[in-house]
Amino acid sequence: MAGVAVSTTINGDAVEYLCQPDETLLDVLRDRLGLTGAKEGCGTGDCGACSIILDDRLVCSCLVLGAEAEGRRVETIEGMAHGDTLHPLQQKFLEHAALQCGICTPGFLIAAKDLLAKNPDPTEEEIRFGLAGNLCRCTGYDKIVRAVQDAAIVMKGA
Amino acid sequence: MNFDPRFSGRKFTSVGTRPIRPDGIDKVTGRARYGADFNMAGQLVGRVLRSPHAHARIVKIDISKAEKLAGVKAVVTAADLPDLTDGDAAMYDVLDNCMARTKALYDGHAVAAVAAIDARTARQALKLIEIEYELLPHVTDVDEAAKHTAPLINDAIFTEGLEEKPVKPSNVTKRSQFGHGDVHQGFGHADFIVERSFKTEQTHQGYIEPHACVANFSSDGTADLWVCTQGHFVYRQHCAQLLGMEASKLRVTSSEIGGGFGGKTHVWAEPVALALSRKAGRPVKLVMTRDEVFRASGPTSATSIDVKIGARKDGTITAAEATLRYSCGPYAGSWAEIGAMTAFACYKLDNVKTVGYEVLVNRPKTAAYRAPSAPMAAFAVESAVDELAKKIGMDPVDFRIRNAAQEGTRSSYGPVYGPIGIGPTLEAVKSHPHMKAPLGKNQGRGMACGFWFNFGGQTCTDLNIGMDGSVSLAVGTVDVGGSRASLSLVAAEELGIDYSQVKAIVADTSSLGYNDMTDGSRGTFSSSMATISAARNAIKILRERAAQMWDIAVDDVVWEKGHAIAKGEKHGNLGKLSLKEIAVESGKTGGPIAGHSELVADGAGVSFATHICDIEVDPETGAARVIRYTVVQDAGKAVHPTYVEGQYQGGAAQGIGWALNEEYIYGKDGRLQNAGFLDYRIPVCSDLPMIDTQILEIPNPNHPYGVRGVGETSIVPPLAAIANAVSNAAGVRMTHIPMSPPRILAAIEAEREWSK
Repeated sequence: MAGVAVSTTINGDAVEYLCQPDETLLDVLRDRLGLTGAKEGCGTGDCGACSIILDDRLVCSCLVLGAEAEGRRVETIEGMAHGDTLHPLQQKFLEHAALQCGICTPGFLIAAKDLLAKNPDPTEEEIRFGLAGNLCRCTGYDKIVRAVQDAAIVMKGA
Repeated sequence: MNFDPRFSGRKFTSVGTRPIRPDGIDKVTGRARYGADFNMAGQLVGRVLRSPHAHARIVKIDISKAEKLAGVKAVVTAADLPDLTDGDAAMYDVLDNCMARTKALYDGHAVAAVAAIDARTARQALKLIEIEYELLPHVTDVDEAAKHTAPLINDAIFTEGLEEKPVKPSNVTKRSQFGHGDVHQGFGHADFIVERSFKTEQTHQGYIEPHACVANFSSDGTADLWVCTQGHFVYRQHCAQLLGMEASKLRVTSSEIGGGFGGKTHVWAEPVALALSRKAGRPVKLVMTRDEVFRASGPTSATSIDVKIGARKDGTITAAEATLRYSCGPYAGSWAEIGAMTAFACYKLDNVKTVGYEVLVNRPKTAAYRAPSAPMAAFAVESAVDELAKKIGMDPVDFRIRNAAQEGTRSSYGPVYGPIGIGPTLEAVKSHPHMKAPLGKNQGRGMACGFWFNFGGQTCTDLNIGMDGSVSLAVGTVDVGGSRASLSLVAAEELGIDYSQVKAIVADTSSLGYNDMTDGSRGTFSSSMATISAARNAIKILRERAAQMWDIAVDDVVWEKGHAIAKGEKHGNLGKLSLKEIAVESGKTGGPIAGHSELVADGAGVSFATHICDIEVDPETGAARVIRYTVVQDAGKAVHPTYVEGQYQGGAAQGIGWALNEEYIYGKDGRLQNAGFLDYRIPVCSDLPMIDTQILEIPNPNHPYGVRGVGETSIVPPLAAIANAVSNAAGVRMTHIPMSPPRILAAIEAEREWSK
C-alpha cells in the first residue's frame, strides 16, 4: 500500500511524514514521530487517553486518520509546557496529586485545557461533564476536579 | 545487624507532609514511559490469535500459510512453549492460560501468536492461521457450573476438602471452611434471624493501560523484558520457568504502570512475547487491545452467597453463617476461600461458620482485583447486618459498634487481633457530619464496613549516598500510585535530611534482590520498612566515618537530624558533621557509603474501613446516583496523606462502578458481549460527587512508623454501603450486584406487585 505524504503543524513546528491511508493519527504520533505522550487505552474513542487538540477542537487521536492532519494544527501534551515552565494545569495536577498511575493524565490535561479555553470559569458540574470523555480508574476524579478548579482561578488571574 | 521493626512512637518531620511526587513532572509532560512507550531497533509487532469459542477441543492448527506471508518472522503455538512446569499444577495453569494446549477454555483464550514487521502484516497473518475446533458444551454461570449436571471443564478435577473423597469429577475444585463455636446452638439463642441469598457479577479491574511488553531474546540464551507489571521479579520467575531459562539470565525492567489493581500480577502475553522473540531472533513488542484486555485478562469472580445471621433483642449477634461460591475461570483458585475468611472479619462472634466453594466456569482465569474476594462477601454480610439491625429496631451504626471486633478478639478466620480500627472507624462515622446531612425525596443513606488482611512479604532495598550528599533509593516494589514519594519521605525521615535530597527509583531485576510484587497493599508498608532498615545501616556507616574523621570511638557518635554528633563533654569542641560533609570525604575514609536491606516484612497490620453513602433512585427508570460519599479508614500512619486520600477515593469509585454498573455480560454462545469501555461502563467524572475522606491513624505495632497498607480496603465496603443506601431509597432490599437500572426497576415493580 502506498504511503500518504502529510505536511502538518505539531505543537507549532512544521512536520512532514509518510503514513498508510488506514493509519490513525495516534499511531503516527506514537510510532512514527516518537510522541508517546498520547496513550492508547481503547482505540475506540471511549477512554480519552489519546486526546489531542486538532485546529482548536478536542479529539481522540485514535479516531482521526494520520492523513487527515494534512494542513492542520495539532496540539499534544508534549507542547503544553513552555520550556521548563509548566502550564498552570500541569502544576495544579501535581500539587493536588490529581494523578496516581498517570496513564490518563496527558488526556485529562489536554481535555481540561480545551475546556478552560472555551469556558474559563466553569462550575464543578461543567468540569465534570467537560471531562466525562476521559476515563480515570485510580483517583475517583475528586482531585482532578479540584486541580482544574484551582488552575482556572490561577489562569483567570494571569 | 538486627533490625527492630517495632513501632517507636517517634515525632515526624517528613512523614505526614505532602510534597510533589518525584515522578510527577514526567507524568504531566507526557515523558513518562509506560509499557507501550518503549521501542527497540529492529523490533517486530506481535499479535495473538484468540479462540472465539467458550469451550472447544483444538483438533488441528495449521500455521503454514501464515508463516509464508511476506514480513512474518515467527508464528508460535503451544508447541513452542513446551511444558517445563515439572508437576507444578499452578504454573501449568499459567502456561495453559498463556497459550491453549489441547482445549480452548473461554472466549478469548490465546491459541497462536505471530511476530511480523508491522501491525498490518501481523493482523493478516492471524487470518491465515487455520484452526479446527471441536465444540464442547460450556457453562459460564457460577451456580449452573456448580451443579452436578453441568458440562465438565476439566474432568481430572475432583473436589478437594470434602469429608469423603468424591468418585466423580466436578467443576467445584475445592471446599474450604472457617469459623469457631457452634452456629446451630447460636441461632437457637437468637431472637431475630436474617437469611438471604446474594449474587454479584464479574467485573474487570479496568486499568486504562492495556498489558504491554517488549521482549528481546538473544541467541546466547539471555533475554530482556520491558513490561508494565505489578511485580517484575515474579514475572521474571514465571517467564524464566515457562521458557526454561535461569532466572538471572532474564532481566526484567518494570515500566511505569498505567493501573493494575491486581490485574498485572499475572503473566499473560509476556511468555508469548519471549517465545516469539526467541523464534524470530528479533525484539518483539506485544500490546493487548482493549478487547483482549476484557476477554483474556483480569477479571474478578462472579459470586453467589448465602448468609444467615441471628441476634438477640439487645443487639448481640449470637451466630453468623455464610456459604460462598466464587467463579475461578477455567483454572483452580482460592477465591472463595479468601471470601470465606474475610466475610465476618469485622465482628466479634462466638459462633461463626463460613464455607467457600471454588467453581470452574468458561470465563477468563480469575485474577486478583483490589482486596480480592472481600467486596462480594462484605456486600452479602453487610446487607444482612443492616437488615438485621432494622429488624431489631437498632441504628445500623450502633448495631455494628455493639458487635465490632476489638483488640484480643478471635477473628472469624482464626488469628487473634492486635490493635485494630473497626471500632474507631464506626465511632468516627457515628459523629461524622455526613450522617446528619438532609436527605431529599427518593434519597437514601447506607453505610457498611470492610476488612482486608494486608500483606508484607519479601523486600529488598538499596540506599546509596552520593559524594555530594544526595541519596538514591532503589526499591523493588513497583510504584503503582505514588510510592516513590512516600518512600523518599521515609528515607528523608530516617536520615534526617530534606525530601528533595532523596531520589527513589524502581530497580530492575538484575540490580536488586528479589521482591514480592506490589499486591496486598504492601508497596509502602514493606518497602518503607526495608528503607528504614537500609537507612539505619547507612547511618551506622556514617557514624563510623564521622568517628574516623574525628578520630574518636564510634560509640561516642550519635546520629541526630541528619548530622553526626560527638556526645560527651570530652568531645565538646567537635561540633557536628552533616551527611554531606561525611559523604564528601568518603573516598578517603573507606569508600562509598550505602545501606542495604533484605527482609520479610512480617506484621502487616489488618485494615478496616467504614463508608457512608447517599443515593438517589429514580423510581421511573431505576437509575441510581451517588450524591454524597464518605470514606473513613485506618491508615496506621499516613506517610503521604494526599496519596492515602487518593487510595480511599479510588477504591470507593471502583466500588461504585461495581455496585451500580459494571458487569461481564455473556451470551448463550458463551461469548463476552461487552468487551469495551462503551458497553462495560466504568464511572466517568460526571457520574460521581466529591468523595470525602477521613484518615484514622491507629499505629501498626509491627512497623517502626506504625504504617499499615491502605490500597485495598477502600473497595471492600462500597458494594454493601451502596446496596444499603439503594435499599433505603427504593424501599426494597437489593440482592444482586450490579444494581443497574433494570434490576432496581424490577425490584421496585416486584415490591409494588407484592404489596398490592
